[in-house]
Amino acid sequence: MRLLTLTAALALTAGVAHADLVFPSLDYRTGPYAPNGIPFADGYADYFTLLNERDGGIGGVEARVLPCETGYNTEKGVECYEATKGEGSLIYQPLSTGITYQLIPKATADNIPVHSMGYGRTSAANGEVFPWVFNYPGTYWDAASIIVKHIIDQEGGDVSDKKIALVYHNSAYGKEPIRTLEKLSEKHGFDLQLLAVDHPGQEQKSTWLQVRRERPDYVVMWGWGVMNQVAIQEAASIRFPMDKFIGVWWSASENDTRPAGVAANGYKAITMHGVGDDFAIYDDLKTHVYDKGLSAGAGDQHGTVLYNRGMQAAMLAAEAARTAQEIHGVTEITPTMMRDGMEALKITDARLEELGLAGFMPTFSVSCDNHAAPGLGAIQQWDASNQTWSLITDFVAADREIVDPLIEEDATAYAQEVGITPGCM
Amino acid sequence: MFYREAGEFKTSYAADHATFPIGFDFWRFWVVVGIAFLVVPFLINDYWEKAILLPFLIYALAAIGLNILTGYCGQVSLGTGGFLAVGAYACYKFMTGMDIHIPIGGGEYWSLILPPLNIALCVLLGGLTTAFVGVLFGLPSLRIKGFYLAVATLAAQFFLVWLFNKWEWTYNYSATGQITAGERDLFGILITGPNTEPWATYLFCLTFLFIFGWAARNLVRGRIGRQWMAIRDMDIAAEIIGVNPMAAKLSAFAVSSFYIGMAGALYFAVWNGAAEPTESFAIDKSFDVLFMIIIGGLGSITGSLIGAAFIVLLPVVFKNLFVGVLGWPTDIAEHLQIMTVGLLIILFLIKEPHGIASLWGTMKEKLRLWPFPY
Repeated sequence: MRLLTLTAALALTAGVAHADLVFPSLDYRTGPYAPNGIPFADGYADYFTLLNERDGGIGGVEARVLPCETGYNTEKGVECYEATKGEGSLIYQPLSTGITYQLIPKATADNIPVHSMGYGRTSAANGEVFPWVFNYPGTYWDAASIIVKHIIDQEGGDVSDKKIALVYHNSAYGKEPIRTLEKLSEKHGFDLQLLAVDHPGQEQKSTWLQVRRERPDYVVMWGWGVMNQVAIQEAASIRFPMDKFIGVWWSASENDTRPAGVAANGYKAITMHGVGDDFAIYDDLKTHVYDKGLSAGAGDQHGTVLYNRGMQAAMLAAEAARTAQEIHGVTEITPTMMRDGMEALKITDARLEELGLAGFMPTFSVSCDNHAAPGLGAIQQWDASNQTWSLITDFVAADREIVDPLIEEDATAYAQEVGITPGCM
Repeated sequence: MFYREAGEFKTSYAADHATFPIGFDFWRFWVVVGIAFLVVPFLINDYWEKAILLPFLIYALAAIGLNILTGYCGQVSLGTGGFLAVGAYACYKFMTGMDIHIPIGGGEYWSLILPPLNIALCVLLGGLTTAFVGVLFGLPSLRIKGFYLAVATLAAQFFLVWLFNKWEWTYNYSATGQITAGERDLFGILITGPNTEPWATYLFCLTFLFIFGWAARNLVRGRIGRQWMAIRDMDIAAEIIGVNPMAAKLSAFAVSSFYIGMAGALYFAVWNGAAEPTESFAIDKSFDVLFMIIIGGLGSITGSLIGAAFIVLLPVVFKNLFVGVLGWPTDIAEHLQIMTVGLLIILFLIKEPHGIASLWGTMKEKLRLWPFPY
């Protein structure tokens, strides 16, 4: 009981104002999703440490990262949200589609922006219906369409006699691309097979037995956490050709391909940013963060795909905060100002160059009509002998003819269900 | 000294049969209820509501449900997660307007389309639907017992979760398979949706727990409850003295599932606002609720509440202590929390195999004799 009173007192006094910019990090370093959660969380934290150490924060105000362990579990994610929102949190990046779905109505009611970077609810791309939710630089439906485009390129333009199987995490996350793939299969005439894998995904024997029996020409994967490495190992054990196995950008890290060893050579995945640590920012990170012993976590994830992605998430949040500071002319911004900054965010080549991230990602600008700009993706391939990823295509656009009407349809349905009158803020 | 029968004079049988025959107990109970209804709602914020009180109230209701089946009637069930899902999905269907179409041949359909119902009614109907499903899955209990029945209910768990993934009608054909609770109100006060006030949802769940906790307490003291306990203690003997095992077992399944169904409905509609079958109602939910009643005390309504508090609150308390007060890294805190909770469960089971409720009972016995124990 005494402990309870203690926490009670703690929870009640938590709302004290601080002169800093608060970036909660709903991360996960435990459980079956930790192999993917850790590098992202490290990258996220290290980027803000760099800003604090090198520039003294954003616009002179220190950034404070507020970590909260969710274990990729929605109940814990909501608890983290409730626990941290009183601390002046500017933006939520929950790194979980399930948690994002929970937070969309809650954060909208509390007027705190949510940035589900390449995950979450795809129709949040429509800023008129989802003014508080952003998913730039791309959505699952973009990813699905770009992957199919790549398959069509591989097949020389015709896939009408091909079979494509989707191996997906049986959750809101994994089910997200199904509708787009169904539309694409109607358009291009390929046969679509759906193979669900239940949480946490350690047991996939029956799934891959089905792949072996049905012999799809391509397997597309929407996996996360331990499910990724198990799938790649299972695919290797049935000798499925790796260059015909294509993951979404969340099934595309070193931690997913390494366990399968050389058998994973040639595995492909879509990505939304560049690979490796050949960017000028890594010199700054080394001087200001790593060499000072300020690395988050164990410090062994530098330069990996998901570390880069965590850094990208932090960079986009910091840039949005900077934009908000410029728009409103104050340094200590509120979540509402943060939202304005996100909607006016412009990532240009010049700015990327300044940040030491030249060529790291395509340029884009966010607007009320399009919260998911630019919707581009490139295909990366794993080289098992060098243990590196390399980009094998340019950043290409999704099939807007298919994706945009679907977004419109889903957003309109949501607006009706919840009773929102669409409009820009 | 103050906790004793001496000086408590009863003038009617009804008074003698009261749940709390000792005056002090009686007043203590009402003080707790009074604080819960009249003081707590003014003190809580979103965090207290969403992370502590709602989970406690909802899991307590589910634990009472499972305790009726397992603790009172002796039928082990591992299907709690599945039954929670039935409650949640039924509530969702009633919230959004139940539509049933039954083909009657010749391409014709017999259709029943209900308008969206009041949220309190939806929760009750969610419970009733689950009671019906529970009876269906309770049928094997007439033939099999113990571990074998546990396995049969395990099948219910996996079947129901599969069903809600597969049967698109249950989630109104939503693309992601998620169900989402829209805004619903009771007497003009929002109960579901993102814009609710903490006190409103808290009082809504508390009222359900209070009314049905009260009902359960009186049910288990009455004729039906005694039948359940007779079946639990020795089913053959119970049959010989005239207890109908079919009626007793199936009524236990029905009542138990009714409670669990209501808990599932509240879990989805009021607490989380959205749910997906694989994550929200997986097998670990069944185990959580089973642990609650084992730790709290089998065959005790108080035990269900204590067990729910133990399992729900301990992780939150440890998290706040380790991360909030001591400032440890979140992953170490999480791992340590898992270990500590596990250790405490083992410790409690060794020290008090009949659950914390029996500790509470021993304390009351000691209080009666205090200050001259013998």
